Amino acid sequence: MAYLTDRKRAEGLGSSKTGTEHFWHMQVSAVALAILVPVFIFTFGGILGAPYPEVLEYFGRPFPAIVTGLTLFVSFIHFKNGAQVAIEDYAHGLTRKALIIGVTCLCYACIAVGLFALVRLAL
Amino acid sequence: MADVNRGNRPLSPHLQIYRKQLTSVTSILTRITGNGLIVAAVLIVWWLLAAATGPEYFAFADAVLRSWFGKLVFFGSIWAVWYHFLAGLRHLYYDSGRGLDIPTAEKLGWGVIIGSAVLTVLTVIIL
Repeated sequence: MAYLTDRKRAEGLGSSKTGTEHFWHMQVSAVALAILVPVFIFTFGGILGAPYPEVLEYFGRPFPAIVTGLTLFVSFIHFKNGAQVAIEDYAHGLTRKALIIGVTCLCYACIAVGLFALVRLAL
Repeated sequence: MADVNRGNRPLSPHLQIYRKQLTSVTSILTRITGNGLIVAAVLIVWWLLAAATGPEYFAFADAVLRSWFGKLVFFGSIWAVWYHFLAGLRHLYYDSGRGLDIPTAEKLGWGVIIGSAVLTVLTVIIL
């Protein structure tokens, strides 16, 4: 027999208290990607398959380098936030925490590697 | 009342009990395509790193991306990115409180499916 009321048992469970902000960030990054992704598809699609010197020259130019850098940064943040919602729907407890941390670290690592590569290609 | 059904309640989203509908399937596909795009994204980052490292490593990464495996991933990802793009625009429209009546929602669902196929074909032709 427990003496806690239903409300007392439910308090602090469920809402993470940051859902509204999370949702807003998804909307902002979605709008940014709605512009970036079509540009990126044809920027990256145009150079994939080209010989090495051409690739070097291409990413030395400001427009392809900036579009690629921006798309990588915004899309990996958007991925991190979107995957987190999916994980929160299906995984619970320690598995949930481990998966969210794993996805977050993977996204940060990909951003770092991508930006490093672009800087090295551009300079 | 205080100790009925302690923590053993069914959890959302509980997909398997609902009848499949166009709106739900297109929404689930948004999540699948979004998550699936990680494969192409990681390959692109790896290819950029290879290009920044040197000609030998680039030749290797470039060969992987242009192999049948790479082509399969990128062809699938072109559809996935266009699907996720259109479905995302649909979600932004829904989130503004519009398009939520059933006939409009169904039309938008078909729009996403047909639109993504058309955009995929156009992209493959152009690239």
